[in-house]
Amino acid sequence: MIAVAALQILDGLGLVPIAFVNWRPTLYAFLLWSVALGVGQVLQYGEVGKQRLFVLPALLFTAAMVIFPTLFGLNIAFTDWNLNAQSGHHFNGLDNLRTLWGDAYFWNALGNMAFYVATVLVQYAIAFGLAMLLNADIRGRKFFRVAFLLPFMLSPVAVSWMIGKSLMENRFGPLANFARWLGWENPAFFTDPWIARTTIIAMDAWVWIPFMVILLLAGLQALPTDIKEAAKVDGASSWQAFWEITFPLMLPVSLTAIVLRTIFELKLADIVINVTAGGPGGATDTVSSFVFREYRDRSNVGYATMVAEVYLIIIVVFITLLLRATSRYMQKMT
Amino acid sequence: MTTAIGSEATAEEDEVEAGSLAAWIARFGGKTLVYALLILWTVIALFPIYWTLSTSMKLGRDVTQGHLIPWVDFSPAWKGWQSLGLSPDTIFATSNVREEFLKKFVNSVICSFGAAAVAVVLGSLAAYGLSRFEYKFGPWRNRDILFFFISQLILPPVVLALPFLVLYKALALLDTRVGLILVYTLMVLPIVIWVMRDQFDTIPQEMEQAALVDGCSIWGAFVRIVLPMAAPGMVAAFILSLVLCWNEYFFASLLTGFDAQTLPVMVASQTGSQGINWWTIAALATAAITPLLLIGIFLERYIVMGLTAGAGK
Repeated sequence: MIAVAALQILDGLGLVPIAFVNWRPTLYAFLLWSVALGVGQVLQYGEVGKQRLFVLPALLFTAAMVIFPTLFGLNIAFTDWNLNAQSGHHFNGLDNLRTLWGDAYFWNALGNMAFYVATVLVQYAIAFGLAMLLNADIRGRKFFRVAFLLPFMLSPVAVSWMIGKSLMENRFGPLANFARWLGWENPAFFTDPWIARTTIIAMDAWVWIPFMVILLLAGLQALPTDIKEAAKVDGASSWQAFWEITFPLMLPVSLTAIVLRTIFELKLADIVINVTAGGPGGATDTVSSFVFREYRDRSNVGYATMVAEVYLIIIVVFITLLLRATSRYMQKMT
Repeated sequence: MTTAIGSEATAEEDEVEAGSLAAWIARFGGKTLVYALLILWTVIALFPIYWTLSTSMKLGRDVTQGHLIPWVDFSPAWKGWQSLGLSPDTIFATSNVREEFLKKFVNSVICSFGAAAVAVVLGSLAAYGLSRFEYKFGPWRNRDILFFFISQLILPPVVLALPFLVLYKALALLDTRVGLILVYTLMVLPIVIWVMRDQFDTIPQEMEQAALVDGCSIWGAFVRIVLPMAAPGMVAAFILSLVLCWNEYFFASLLTGFDAQTLPVMVASQTGSQGINWWTIAALATAAITPLLLIGIFLERYIVMGLTAGAGK
């Protein structure tokens, strides 16, 4: 351990003077230090050290890649750093927080996120239905499974164009034509705030529903069949059998699917950035796309980082509450 | 969990209680409804893909008149592919657009393969350790370490993006493939660890213990005995990572400029401009999604395996 510490200090001293060109040597220093740490573990603890070697690389990697930037981000968040400004960046205390408090666009984006997350339940209902269909006694299950999976494989950016920009194109997109045929005079999908919001989430759902279908289908297939048959013998209708047997048994898988989907929903950005850029008037903005534009259009690094950090705190609190609520719900049900 | 996926679902064919006509109608009607709904969703899922493919072979007037069926409505042409320099008649001619496209394509391939490989190596090691040994780092036990890894999933990219931007500038990693690979590795690592731990938990420990008795070291037993048995899980984790990295846009658009730009960024920049031809974008989008469609069609088993690992726990 002492040897490691000495090495570490040596690295630090040896590399600082030549780090003027860029800071890349610090990266190498960290790598070297990590290797030294690993070797030190084996030398010092023997067998236990060898066991630790399994988990150390990933641990060091994640720590370096997450903790350091997050702390660094906190540092940026309390400055007025704008990449366009010549004066560099200065600590400005709570100014960013105060701006945030009064920023209607941020609260608006957060409200949109609430709507987007709420729709996860609808997506779940659709996905459950599709999983039941796939689990029914059908021919060509393999084909349908692959067909259902394909949207999940597509990049959100491509989807943005394929659906958002061409299928829904007002003048001649097939979807717009279809809407016109149904009697919608002027099918503009992205001018009315609520229609725009719904359209965006529909596209996102199109990509992600396969994910939930796969999880739920695996859950359905793992259900013991004899329970269902017992219910049939008892003369339960299929509707009753679903609510009293299938649904409760599926609860753990369902909750996993919902929680995971919520986590991914909270990251929603690509489609919004590429289809509406947050418009009309911020109606479809997510927090991520808002931060993205704050940086892209205004180079406002300090404030954007503050928004992101606040969002992180909100997410962590929200997910923690969600997890706690689901585990309590599970306990109550079982 | 993983065992249930491969087997085709429980076919309940023994419930053929054909008796009264009413029951038969109800049954037949139910079947028809099931198939109708299945086909409806198949259309919803596949139509945008079909539309993109077909648009890449249309002329302007076919697009504006909403023609859909090839050879009936419109005659397919290589218009979109021509402008990409990828159609049969232009494939041997020099084309700047093709050069650029290929460069982005190669970037995408390198970044996603690189990140998936690194993540699978790091993640498998960590998952194996967490599945087999008892760790104690100060107050941290296995559960805490695992939670630390998995909780990274919650972290939205937007929180890391700007600090990374600044840090990468200082580290001279901005607009490099290495930089992108590092970020992507971080992004998929939790998923790899999740999948791999599930995989290692299903492998019985007796085999390794026998190997240890025979004089293998821990690492020898891991490499020679456990890894071959865990191969399906590793493939699943690798492919899942590949898909996620290939599609990633947020980091790619922020952290790359010209040299390391990936395909999604190119697609996005093309679709942003108004005047550009539809068939060009359609061809570009098709080229960007084709590798994934192929993965989805031929490696569906592994994707499903990766996604369902550990679900329901």
